[in-house]
Amino acid sequence: MNPTELDILLVEDNQDDVDLALHALRREKLANNIFVARDGEEALDFLFCRGAFAHRAFDQPPKLVLLDLKLPKVDGMEVLKQVKSDPRTKTIPVVIMTSSKEERDLMSGYNLGANSYIQKPVDFDQFRETVKNVGLYWLVTNQPVPAKALRAPERLTSVVSRVQVT
Amino acid sequence: MLRQPAQTKMTEILLVDDNPADTDLTSEVLARSGWPSHIHAVTDGLEAIAFLRQEGKYSNALLPDFVILDLNLPKKDGRSVLVEIKADPVLRKIPIAIFSTSKAREDIVRSYELGANCYVSKPGNLQDFISAVTSIGEFWFGLAHLPREDNHE
Repeated sequence: MNPTELDILLVEDNQDDVDLALHALRREKLANNIFVARDGEEALDFLFCRGAFAHRAFDQPPKLVLLDLKLPKVDGMEVLKQVKSDPRTKTIPVVIMTSSKEERDLMSGYNLGANSYIQKPVDFDQFRETVKNVGLYWLVTNQPVPAKALRAPERLTSVVSRVQVT
Repeated sequence: MLRQPAQTKMTEILLVDDNPADTDLTSEVLARSGWPSHIHAVTDGLEAIAFLRQEGKYSNALLPDFVILDLNLPKKDGRSVLVEIKADPVLRKIPIAIFSTSKAREDIVRSYELGANCYVSKPGNLQDFISAVTSIGEFWFGLAHLPREDNHE
């Protein structure tokens, strides 16, 4: 696998959830390159290759977006709506991972084109197990849109170094 | 309140595949995995649409909670079925897993463009086939929340 391919964009503002998710994914060696966006605006900038992410390219999408719903600045449902209504980003698998127990969120999520909907377990061990199994399914069983050949192999270097700081 | 996954409520699964051997094996693996489910199998795209719209001999069919769809089908191919499902305000929320032998980039890209929820390549060898179907079941019926009609209760 190309070491600069991005595996997962994790959109999550809760530091505990970020730590647990990263731990679960790395321990299983499921994802080498994970970028964490802390709010909906950063996620949109990342996915639409603009602002601080203008160096990114649409033909190098993450294989999976794990999207929380309650986010600062722009909420998760709005991020989903924008990603799934733009032909440049709509093929990226987006899995909602939320503590929401609202029926409305489940239905709106699928209606707006979410690829799947996972409820976050409250228990730490169950949360890690869930993230691991979500990762296994979407990165191993599922076929994401294959990335095109990279034009600039160093493109994601800044992203990778940032993840390592986390 | 959402019901928990792996609940005792039956999951209605629609399997659309023209290969009877694949249909039998998929049904068998899902049934043995222990997910409480009813598996309905149809063999072409027109039957799939009739089932989903509860037309003709399917007037008493229950709306499926999940669809496993092959791409190359007689009468109406899987891509057209996908387009019709995702253009229908009632059906569009139903998750569709594409399960196809094709690994061609254009088939994968096109499926996502048309709104497929996931794309799993159908392995040729028996063990890998069983393992792929088991993974589909574990994720969608054991972990994910499906937009079930009965959530409205």
